[in-house]
Amino acid sequence: MNNNENLYQFLLRCADDNLIAGQRMAEWCSNGPILEEDLAMVNISLDFLGQSESFMEYAASLDTTGKTSDDLAFGRSEREYYNHLLVEQPNDDFAVSMVKLLFFSAFQKELYTALMEGKDERIAAISAKAVKEARYHYRHASDWFERLALGTDESLRRLTYAVEELWPFTENLFETDEVYNSLFAEQIVPDMKSIREKWMTTMREVFSNGGVDIPANVHMYAGGINGYHTEHLGHLLCEMQYLHHAHPGAQW
Amino acid sequence: MSENKNDQLPLWEVFIQKSNGAPIKHAGSIHASDKEMALQNARDIYTRRNEGRLLWLVPSNAIVATVIEDEADFFDPADDKPYRHPSFYEVPEGVTNI
Repeated sequence: MNNNENLYQFLLRCADDNLIAGQRMAEWCSNGPILEEDLAMVNISLDFLGQSESFMEYAASLDTTGKTSDDLAFGRSEREYYNHLLVEQPNDDFAVSMVKLLFFSAFQKELYTALMEGKDERIAAISAKAVKEARYHYRHASDWFERLALGTDESLRRLTYAVEELWPFTENLFETDEVYNSLFAEQIVPDMKSIREKWMTTMREVFSNGGVDIPANVHMYAGGINGYHTEHLGHLLCEMQYLHHAHPGAQW
Repeated sequence: MSENKNDQLPLWEVFIQKSNGAPIKHAGSIHASDKEMALQNARDIYTRRNEGRLLWLVPSNAIVATVIEDEADFFDPADDKPYRHPSFYEVPEGVTNI
């Protein structure tokens, strides 16, 4: 199928994380709480799409069947998507979307920082560009976390709900398998335990700034990177891939 | 902050410096509830296409401005005094931003 199955698989995970996060964030377009935040969220969505494209192009270049990045984005079904479960969760309300962005951007900024030091030059180059965006997303999301936590009773209630809803999907971000471990052995990807530690340090700081407790003894969901997803991904893909299915190869 | 007549967040004026040494120019305005949000909103709206390297944000109600009804009294007296304009000087070659 391709020359380096493990690398290909990891690239799809990175590409899919960003594509699904970007598609979800784009759902806010024209629905933002204020014009400025609407634009901010669409900007963030476009950052995700750009990062996804970089990883998808790299994956397509390893594909010996001649698939393009468009084929990979619009031609794969739910079970062939390898994003983490967190990014496919519904937007629900603004607090849920911002908490999701906080968890994900804090993860991405640590992952990209480490990937910049990895042995694969193309991944390192993509990460060096993407880490600036991830740091900005984190800044945006962590500020909102604090505002919502210290705002009104209503904003705190919604924030707490968002944390309870999404925390069970956080352990999944640091899940490793044979694919990951073999790339770790090749020094292409970092030790996921150290990424998790840095992520937890960040979370302790953000939660303590907002005076919010980190959930304890929560059942954690696993999957995503093996193609098994929550029920939400299928619906998202239906909408995202509809045009491509109706008009294969359409361009504008 | 002045009272908003609607549910908009307070207004801020956005100033952008395009390149090192260039003057910092007014670009427009945005709404935000605090300084950090003001910076981020201005960044997202005004500098996503390489428009600048530096942003200044000023709460709109911190700006002291003339009112348009005073235009005549305020500015007309200078109208007939062309000798106040530094247009009689030669500007040395290579000097920009004047």
